[in-house]
Amino acid sequence: MKIAVCIKQVPARDWQPRVNDDRTWVRDQDASFEVNEPDAYALEEGLRLKEKHGGEVVVCSAGPARVAQALREALARGADRAIHVEDDGLARGDAFAVAEALASAMRDEQFDLVLTGLQSDDQGFGQTGGVLAEMLGIASATIIMEVDVQPGAVRVKRELEGGWFQFVTLPLPAVLTIQSGINQLRYATLKGIMAAKKKEIRKAVPPAGLASRQRIVNLYVPEKTKRTEMIGGSPVEAAIELVRRLRDEARVIS
Amino acid sequence: MILVIAEQQGGTLNRTSLESIAAAQQAGGEVKVAVAGAEGLAVAAALAAAQVAEVLCVQAAALNAYTLDGYVAAFAQLVQSERPDHVFLPHTYQTRDFAPTLAVRLGMALVTDCVATRWQDGRLIAARPMFQGRLYADVATNGPALVAFQIGAIRADSLVNGSAPAPIRTVAMAIDPGAIRQKPEAPFREAKQAVDLTQAERIVSVGRGIKEQDKVDMARQLAAAIGAELGASRPICDAGWLPMDRQVGSSGQTVAPKLYLALGISGAIQHLVGMKGARTIVAINKDPEAPIFEVADYGIVGDLFEIVPAMLKELQQV
Repeated sequence: MKIAVCIKQVPARDWQPRVNDDRTWVRDQDASFEVNEPDAYALEEGLRLKEKHGGEVVVCSAGPARVAQALREALARGADRAIHVEDDGLARGDAFAVAEALASAMRDEQFDLVLTGLQSDDQGFGQTGGVLAEMLGIASATIIMEVDVQPGAVRVKRELEGGWFQFVTLPLPAVLTIQSGINQLRYATLKGIMAAKKKEIRKAVPPAGLASRQRIVNLYVPEKTKRTEMIGGSPVEAAIELVRRLRDEARVIS
Repeated sequence: MILVIAEQQGGTLNRTSLESIAAAQQAGGEVKVAVAGAEGLAVAAALAAAQVAEVLCVQAAALNAYTLDGYVAAFAQLVQSERPDHVFLPHTYQTRDFAPTLAVRLGMALVTDCVATRWQDGRLIAARPMFQGRLYADVATNGPALVAFQIGAIRADSLVNGSAPAPIRTVAMAIDPGAIRQKPEAPFREAKQAVDLTQAERIVSVGRGIKEQDKVDMARQLAAAIGAELGASRPICDAGWLPMDRQVGSSGQTVAPKLYLALGISGAIQHLVGMKGARTIVAINKDPEAPIFEVADYGIVGDLFEIVPAMLKELQQV
């Protein structure tokens, strides 16, 4: 079974984004980056499927040179090799640009199964997986909580809303977007980190004329719609004041 | 003309469709609404009550159970024949499933999680959150776009009803069932949810800021002290620190208690949609710029491991 896992490198969760001068992107020169968390679940699922069915896991990412770090991390967790579609502009590309870049490097690999997270923590389009599937000309299913590989097909559990689920069977090859929490993530071992240094990262060039279909014309900090009473002071003072407010002002506790 | 794709399951209208119709009305111009499947006929009258030009019931045997390929085939044909300027739809899980493929098929952009639209120089500009809601972006597209609206962002009660019902037109389509790659089984619910947070008067909810599973106990004590249920954001349930039936948010329960006390919850959109209807919202978080403070009535920036024990002490004193 030849499995691809598409991952994105995104700014770390605790990094506070600041808008740049032309208000079309963030000042990410000072950001630290990490593997997009939903994609980490997709990687874990790929590794588990390989352990069960054999084959290889190839981790793929489209982005600037720094993305190699995220790929190394995935290799340390157990992926066999990596494909890096390198281009600086892809950091701010939309789902179409990223999917097209990925598709160009993945097409000839003839993967049986392509996994990715359901959305990214940066731009949060939530569509790269579906767009990639259509560009590769293969079937897709989204927000997956269970993957059962069968001969020539895959039966998956889709999460619907409000506690509902549905099993769907689709032919291989297929793209699945994985829901966070489908599995428990593993951490890289020292042995894995050492082994990753010897694994291949194939660099690919994106196709010429890669174009986003949507672009940011203004990026801003959202206006507050609600008046928030901020309670200051020491932790103890703030705690006492909060309890008082909830009792006497909001009257929601006794 | 703006075409709205409404959603129904088993002949029940997904009410978020009305939010998208309201958004289309507010954008101005002609609005048409489409709904797919035999059971779509059951919701057509409800859709036709809105002030719209027409309700289109897209019919084919292959559309009677939802599949990604079936819906993409149907709505690609419909958009090509109706030629709307833009397509609006609610950003539900079903939309997340089929809309990306539909966008590629039609050569259109897909703007997800949209909270507002406006016109600028004849072009539609859509506002959407980025970076976990810490920033918002006004986004422009070249030409027609699919615009998926964040649930609850547009008020359904701002929908304008027509003086008379809109005409309902059945659009029969030829869709080859053999071309549908997804073979769906019937939707089901997991074992009945043990905890019904929707009925809770007070909820103490924990997020990533709780840091360790052992620390959840502290939140449990606070919940007990004020007569609250314990809830959590998705990452806590993903980690297995609390069961899934404690999860508040788009993939968990939608709650509207008198008091919602968020401990170490940053306030990702998926969480906010599940709790922003609470009457009084309290946020305790070490990050002063966490989006949770946008919806909070009371906020404390600080270390919850110091603040919560102090609250417990204060609560026990009376």
